[in-house]
Amino acid sequence: MSFDNAYDAITDASDDKHWAFGTGFDDPLSGVDRAVPAGVSTADLTAYCLMLADDALVLSQRLTEWCSRAPELEEDVALANIALDLLGQARLLLTRAGEVEGRGRDEDALAYLRDEHEFRNVRLVEIDCGPGPGGDFAVTIARLLVFSTWRLAVFERLVASKDPVLAAIAAKGVKELAYHRDHAAQWTLRLAGGTEFSRERMVAGMARVWPLYDELFTTHEVERSLPDVAVPPSDVRAEVDEVLDQVFTAAALDRPDVAPMSAVAGKSGRDGVHTEAMGFLLAEMQHLARSLPGAKW
Amino acid sequence: MDNSPTCGQARAIAERVLDPELPVLTLADLGVLRDVREDGGRVTVTITPTYSGCPALDEMRADLHRALRDAGYERVEIRTALTPTWTTDWISADGRRKLAEHGIAPPQHKAGPVTLNLTPPVTRVRCPRCGSARTTELSRFSSTACKALRRCEDCSEPFEHVKEI
Repeated sequence: MSFDNAYDAITDASDDKHWAFGTGFDDPLSGVDRAVPAGVSTADLTAYCLMLADDALVLSQRLTEWCSRAPELEEDVALANIALDLLGQARLLLTRAGEVEGRGRDEDALAYLRDEHEFRNVRLVEIDCGPGPGGDFAVTIARLLVFSTWRLAVFERLVASKDPVLAAIAAKGVKELAYHRDHAAQWTLRLAGGTEFSRERMVAGMARVWPLYDELFTTHEVERSLPDVAVPPSDVRAEVDEVLDQVFTAAALDRPDVAPMSAVAGKSGRDGVHTEAMGFLLAEMQHLARSLPGAKW
Repeated sequence: MDNSPTCGQARAIAERVLDPELPVLTLADLGVLRDVREDGGRVTVTITPTYSGCPALDEMRADLHRALRDAGYERVEIRTALTPTWTTDWISADGRRKLAEHGIAPPQHKAGPVTLNLTPPVTRVRCPRCGSARTTELSRFSSTACKALRRCEDCSEPFEHVKEI
């Protein structure tokens, strides 16, 4: 097949040889059995899938901001790989959310065409931890350690979910998250045990993310209304505390002593109430898809 | 062009398709090919992803489609199964041998992902070139999500290692 324009050639989905992975990214749950278990509310299951999806999608977006900006080349690759794992989890979960909802929204519609108040991620994943002003590599590592420890604990329980799709996504995810947690823990030890300067930054990094720690364990009414399907995050608090304390002990760090960021009239990330950083993140993530509807890349 | 398929060949054809990221392995060696069913002229192939975000999954589907279509099968469906979850234990003995022959350290058996590791990591991956056990991890993540980058301290060569998951 010949093309007048090189861009037409690389975006042609019919001939995969032009492009390393083809461009015809389609349904990531193709061929998976997707029946909704009996007695489960589709509205609640949709909302729960969005919660788990948005956590992964938004952190994936934040981690890719480091690509080419990390302290060393290997770290560019590592953070991009972790972002890719999370994006994969998000694609599966968004697809599941869309089909359970039954309004014809696919993963792209959910990722690119929802507004801020419709995103149900915890606020921890959206705050700007760098590489731009106000951020730092150590803050990013602190967030990754907290997030992956928490999500791993949730996913280890989600493997037993009554929803077969969630159970399967979790079974795959735990293996990936175990690597993410270890990577973040290794860096925490390295920075805390390095120079006085690197240690100061690690201490500051942990203090920066800690106000958003409590929100992770607040069980939402959606999670409460899906017994045996959802994992109430309050169940994992003791375990996450214990794992992080092990890391703090090994790194000779103190658990930060800072006040939690409060909810707004009782609402926070899971209710669609976000921090100032979220709008900027979505503007960057969504603008291409909204400016050029139907564009292929 | 007469290329009507010989009945029963679909499995053999699907098994020969190469992995797009590790082209020394076939999809059968990698263990992602779960099932091939043939019903008259209709073929249903089931594959499973290695990692949730593995971008090669779409390419595997396209390659399987193309290989079966080129062999004359007109009705081809590629399904994805998420369970049982793929682990590196699904890589065949043949696959492990091929990886080592091509300078990529194969994963260990029954290893699973690393658990939280708060002490210096213990080296246990041998250099695929000189066989030395003195190797160092340079990066947990390499050119693809499924590999780590290591260096041999004896022959000084860097090499990739398909990490356990």
